[in-house]
Amino acid sequence: MTALLQTSGLTIQFGGLTAVDAFDCAIQPGDLYGIIGPNGAGKTTVFNMLTGVYLPTSGIASFGGTRINGRSPAQVSALGISRTFQNIRLFDELSVLENAMTGAHQHAKINLFDSLLRTPRHYREEKRQRDRAYELLQFMGLEERAGLPARQLPYGHRRKLEIARALATEPRLICLDEPAAGMNTGEKAELSALIRRIRDELKVTVLLIEHDMKLVMGICEKIQVLDYGKTIALGTPKEIQNNPKVVEAYLGGD
Amino acid sequence: MLELLATAEPGGTSLAQALLQQVANGIAKGSVYALIAVGYTMVYGVLQLINFAHGEVYMLGAYFSYYPAKWMGYTTDPEDPTFVPAKVPLYVVGFLFVCSMACCAFLGMLIERFAYRPLRNSSRLAALITAIGVSLLLQNGGIMLFKADPRGFPTLIEQSSVDLGLVALTNTKIIIVVVAAVMMTGLHLFVQKTRPGAAMRACSFDMRTARLMGVNVDGTIGLTFAIGSIMAAVAGVLVAMDQPTIDPLMGLMAGLKAFVAAVLGGIGSIPGAALGGLLLGVTESVVGTFSTTYAEAVAFVLLILVLLVKPSGLLGKSGREKV
Amino acid sequence: MHRTLLLLVVGVSLAFGVDWFLGEFIEEYVVRIINLCGIAIILAVSLNVINGLCGQFSLGHAGFMAIGAYVSAYFTTTLRVLNTETGETVVRAPLFDGAWGFVPALLIGGMAAAAAGLVVGVPTLRLKGDYLAIATLGFGEIVIIMLTNFESVGAARGLPGLPNYASSFWILTFAWICVVSSVFLQRSTFGRALVAIRENELAAEVMGIRVARLKVMAFIYGAFFAGLAGGLLGHLLRTISPSTFGFMKSIEVVVMLVLGGLGSLTGAIVGAIVLTVLPEALRDVEQQAKLPGIRMVVYALVLILLMIFRPQGIFGQRELSLKLLRRLLPGGRK
Ligand SMILES: Nc1ncnc2c1ncn2[C@@H]1O[C@H](COP(=O)(O)OP(=O)(O)OP(=O)(O)O)[C@@H](O)[C@H]1O
Ligand SMILES: [Mg+2]
Repeated sequence: MTALLQTSGLTIQFGGLTAVDAFDCAIQPGDLYGIIGPNGAGKTTVFNMLTGVYLPTSGIASFGGTRINGRSPAQVSALGISRTFQNIRLFDELSVLENAMTGAHQHAKINLFDSLLRTPRHYREEKRQRDRAYELLQFMGLEERAGLPARQLPYGHRRKLEIARALATEPRLICLDEPAAGMNTGEKAELSALIRRIRDELKVTVLLIEHDMKLVMGICEKIQVLDYGKTIALGTPKEIQNNPKVVEAYLGGD
Repeated sequence: MLELLATAEPGGTSLAQALLQQVANGIAKGSVYALIAVGYTMVYGVLQLINFAHGEVYMLGAYFSYYPAKWMGYTTDPEDPTFVPAKVPLYVVGFLFVCSMACCAFLGMLIERFAYRPLRNSSRLAALITAIGVSLLLQNGGIMLFKADPRGFPTLIEQSSVDLGLVALTNTKIIIVVVAAVMMTGLHLFVQKTRPGAAMRACSFDMRTARLMGVNVDGTIGLTFAIGSIMAAVAGVLVAMDQPTIDPLMGLMAGLKAFVAAVLGGIGSIPGAALGGLLLGVTESVVGTFSTTYAEAVAFVLLILVLLVKPSGLLGKSGREKV
Repeated sequence: MHRTLLLLVVGVSLAFGVDWFLGEFIEEYVVRIINLCGIAIILAVSLNVINGLCGQFSLGHAGFMAIGAYVSAYFTTTLRVLNTETGETVVRAPLFDGAWGFVPALLIGGMAAAAAGLVVGVPTLRLKGDYLAIATLGFGEIVIIMLTNFESVGAARGLPGLPNYASSFWILTFAWICVVSSVFLQRSTFGRALVAIRENELAAEVMGIRVARLKVMAFIYGAFFAGLAGGLLGHLLRTISPSTFGFMKSIEVVVMLVLGGLGSLTGAIVGAIVLTVLPEALRDVEQQAKLPGIRMVVYALVLILLMIFRPQGIFGQRELSLKLLRRLLPGGRK
């Protein structure tokens, strides 16, 4: 089986600081893959390099056989990688439904004049986006708040909306950056189930950054551990739990 | 290039000569831009606000010395009953400068206190529009009070041409350059070496942290406006002395171009303001030898070019957004 | 599509009816203010697409207007050019004649402005916030200075003798078209994408929105209508000069937007009307109070006070609707 996402030697430096050092991974289609590590380990930076937000200093990342480093975020998105943000970045003044619809914008096959003249193609496109966005809101359990401005959404729901919006881009791989941050136990359990369903029902491969060990260990099949930008362990949750280096990184790190 | 021009043709020497002369004039012009530009740059550094009213402070700087001079009986208007074509003693000149500086400092702080402080936590756009409003207010208030037509400024210093070897400049222009150089250096030292200067730097680095560390933020912002306004006042009097006419709209273009100079040099940087001002002044003067109308466009063409190549300006620092 | 056609027919008939009504029953002075309002609406609504929806702070609208005004005037006006060599004045008859020549001239003006929008929009893509504002302002000033150097359109003296084609009918028709198409734009996938860029550019890009392309599109769209408005204004004033389109004009339009609430289309319309009528009303005050100049002073004060006490503008980012009206009116339900 060929990997969906493969990186080799992915490295980025900020001034003197090597935030991520030779990040190698191979993620297979259908994986539910976790990345963990102490604060500042470089996890978010890996996502930023994968999604075109940061340009790696060196190394290669390829997705479905296409090289992705050096491409713009929009190009990477078109290839089928989507993500959420650790510090939520919703479009606050748009409604919940409209936020999800913006994810579907990139697949619109109409031009500006279709919309300005209100051609049938415009209405078809609006319906397509609305239906898809609504489906995904239902999937995430947000359909009742569809009309609310995103800024009025409670915190936990904001994270879910980010996931719905990312799914609306119809990705093959979704990168979730600490989706459970700030959620209570009940919400976390619900989120775990949702992440599984994203993989099983929507057939989207999941790459997950999460600090909540119980959640990560519970749903990921493979976990990669970063510390100071370097990979210090890779394996199943069991292997990671018993790895002395990981324990040290978390206990002795700070 | 100059050499080439000098040896090419007999007429070449005079062209090189003329260009050199324009460079000298440009330095004088640029010194004025620099003096005004520091006000923009310091306020922008602290509040991220384009203080559109700053050009009007410069204009008022000129009027704040015109009126005291007039009341003391110094005027150039022969129609004026108080007309005395007397020579102005040096201490009076000094007094006029101080008077204008004090009035402008007060005005600058007043503007900050009543127009900008209430908006410190609103959107930057609201603050910008307010700044435009203050600018319009001062400009049109000026037109109402002083009348729109230009006024002759009293001869504070008898103008004469000074031969500097390769070029010749009027003594007023030389005074402009010297005063500007002294004031800019003084300001730079003030900001780098003194406690209030350190407070200003702290505020422009990060206002919230500065406050937490015990910096009197409101006081420091007030001081920033006062200093910027003092520099503009000096520029206003110097230009009035050199021109020697003043009008309520003189701050419009001068202010805009000084702001351009601040952006060219890198907004937030005092040496940048000096560099930007000189660059703009010299380029404008040199282009002016060929076409006076296109000289007006120089500022904006330079601005766009610099922004496209290095959006943070020549001496500005660029930041990278953390995600 | 049918709806669009219907809306167009409705708009044109309305404009026709209003034009007739104004001509028959309303004094010329008031009609002129209404015409100016119509033009201001086009300006504000089109700038709202750039500044309000897309969040690209542009101060170059007057530059686009100038291009539209001069280009359309070039086609409709008799030009008198002094040939410096022979010393004779060459008279060139208008290229397009009559009211029906006016519309193509306007459209060409709009398209020239749109081309300028492309020229400005592409290189300034990297710039944000104040830097973009000041670069677009610089662009506007450059346009003015270039026009000051064009002898064939009167240079600094300006171009007189534009035919009086800008009737209320045309102004209202184009204002209608501009408003309807801007509503359609706002309520489409493109409008949502523009707002997404304004709200969070990075997230928009990561969601696959082609930010650069949409920003340029917003510039072109806004510039096109600014060009139209410039052409209409030129043929209303009948004399144009570079100074008509100085950067204060751009600022005036921005102020209209901010007054109404940036990002709100209805706010833009209200702002445009208020800021066209207010100075005219103050003109009367000025004459009666015998205080020349007080008009602009009051204008500036109103602006400052408004920003201090209601910085989000009259409507904020909301649209004016019956519901909102009911809430704003005293005694209304919350
Ligand atoms: N744009 C940037 N400029 C400079 N340094 C950066 C930048 N982005 C990230 N870093 C640095 O890179 C390192 C890794 O940061 P990153 O955000 O990837 O950590 P993380 O593993 O996601 O941590 P957390 O669990 O706190 O989210 C940190 O030291 C951070 O300061
Ligand atoms: Mg992180």
